[in-house]
Amino acid sequence: MDLDFVIACAPLFAASAWLTVSLAFWGIALSLALGLLAALAGYYRVPILRRAAGAYIELARNTPLMIQLFFLYYGLPRLGILLEGRTCAVIGLTFLGGAYMAEAFRGGLTAVGRTQIEAGLSLGLNRVQLLRHVILPQALAVAIPVICATAIFLMKETSVFSIVALPDLMYLAKDLLKEGHSTESNLMLVLSYLVIILPVSLLFAWLERRARFAGFGS
Amino acid sequence: MNDTDNQPGPAGGGNGARVLRIRDLVKSFGERRILDGISLDVSQGEVLVVIGPSGCGKSTLLRCLNGLEPIDSGEIELKGEVITRPGTDWNRVRQRVGMVFQNYELFPHLNVLGNVLLGPVKVQRRKRPEAERDALSWLERVGLADRASSFPRQLSGGQKQRVAIVRALTMSPEIMLFDEVTASLDPEMVREVLDVMLGLARQGLTMIIVTHEMAFARAVADRIIFMDEGAIVEQSAPDGFFESPESERARRFLNIFEFSEKRRE
Ligand SMILES: Nc1ncnc2c1ncn2[C@@H]1O[C@H](COP(=O)(O)OP(=O)(O)OP(=O)(O)O)[C@@H](O)[C@H]1O
Ligand SMILES: [Mg+2]
Repeated sequence: MDLDFVIACAPLFAASAWLTVSLAFWGIALSLALGLLAALAGYYRVPILRRAAGAYIELARNTPLMIQLFFLYYGLPRLGILLEGRTCAVIGLTFLGGAYMAEAFRGGLTAVGRTQIEAGLSLGLNRVQLLRHVILPQALAVAIPVICATAIFLMKETSVFSIVALPDLMYLAKDLLKEGHSTESNLMLVLSYLVIILPVSLLFAWLERRARFAGFGS
Repeated sequence: MNDTDNQPGPAGGGNGARVLRIRDLVKSFGERRILDGISLDVSQGEVLVVIGPSGCGKSTLLRCLNGLEPIDSGEIELKGEVITRPGTDWNRVRQRVGMVFQNYELFPHLNVLGNVLLGPVKVQRRKRPEAERDALSWLERVGLADRASSFPRQLSGGQKQRVAIVRALTMSPEIMLFDEVTASLDPEMVREVLDVMLGLARQGLTMIIVTHEMAFARAVADRIIFMDEGAIVEQSAPDGFFESPESERARRFLNIFEFSEKRRE
């Protein structure tokens, strides 16, 4: 084990880890927004949007992220649309994640009982108030475990970003492998992902406990 | 009050001003007619108790009154305002008609105060401090002042139902609807809820109560409505109804209860 090498490369790994984290952050945040919209289109049976959302979910879940990125980065330029690697990464992750998040929200929304909605209506809540104060909080509490699992899944999916020429962790590790030092590089790669994902996992575990606590012994 | 419709006046309790007027209310689910021409008046301060066999349409009647079920035909008037026309703003009407359900239906993600304040603050846009004072004084009156920050899962059934009653009351409704609100409670908790309702009745709140608690019905009612198969079969003062019901169907219905009373001993 070449400790000097490890120390020398540490800043490189830190920079790549930071890139991975920030891309994952945006991808997950936008996935949540897109997923919520898609789930609501289905929940409220919005005429055309509902179909569109259904088709999107099927498409996104049944194509690998690698292929989606490939299309965005190498396919679109042929149509005259040139996107930066980072933009492709975030779009790709959002496209994939939005579908899974939509499914998570859908599960939560269908778990909110008809009678709870009637209780809210009986207080005179309008549709928006009902969604905001009765339906969403309860749906979220149910959906949180799946949302967290999806977020972790998306963080791991970032490992294919090197295909759009981003200097992320995978890219860096592959680069260093070419120069030898395979043990050290591999080790640092694994460590980097652990450092990123472990705290998030712990945070999510806490969140899930909270959600369960906020829940449903009524 | 001079009503030309063939409607018996209130048997007591109310002071005459009409809160609710129902005419020829018809409601079907698919092919089945559930409410078959209900006509009914409720006056200010009156306590109406609706009884009848399971499936006769009691819950459906209450649900029509606050628009949870759309009706087929007929007319409902709330303080002189027809609320069954197309284009009725049900969100506004529902603020004037309080509803309490058999299974409480408290919002599990909100604590007691949150449940009770949702209507006044979000719907009626009242100032929070003032609404909160009001809510706390209601909670105190039903003996739950110390549970304001508890969550529903931490309460007993009887406590939950009292909170649900307060949640409806803080909207200052003009009439309250109670649909078998003690039917899911353990026997030892029934009393605390009925006592609250009795207090409200004495205080002059206008109420329609659906219940299977016959002793309570007799004690609280100004008028008993006996329903069967979607129609009002009989309506009369409570003592008269329980001692000598006019209709054969009401007699049979009351007999069932006596039989079960005897068997329990
Ligand atoms: N949403 C619905 N769809 C179809 N049928 C319904 C629906 N709701 C109620 N019914 C039927 O309407 C009839 C009257 O129901 P309702 O709940 O009003 O009776 P109820 O008098 O309240 O009975 P209970 O004492 O058991 O509560 C029942 O036969 C019931 O099966
Ligand atoms: Mg019923």
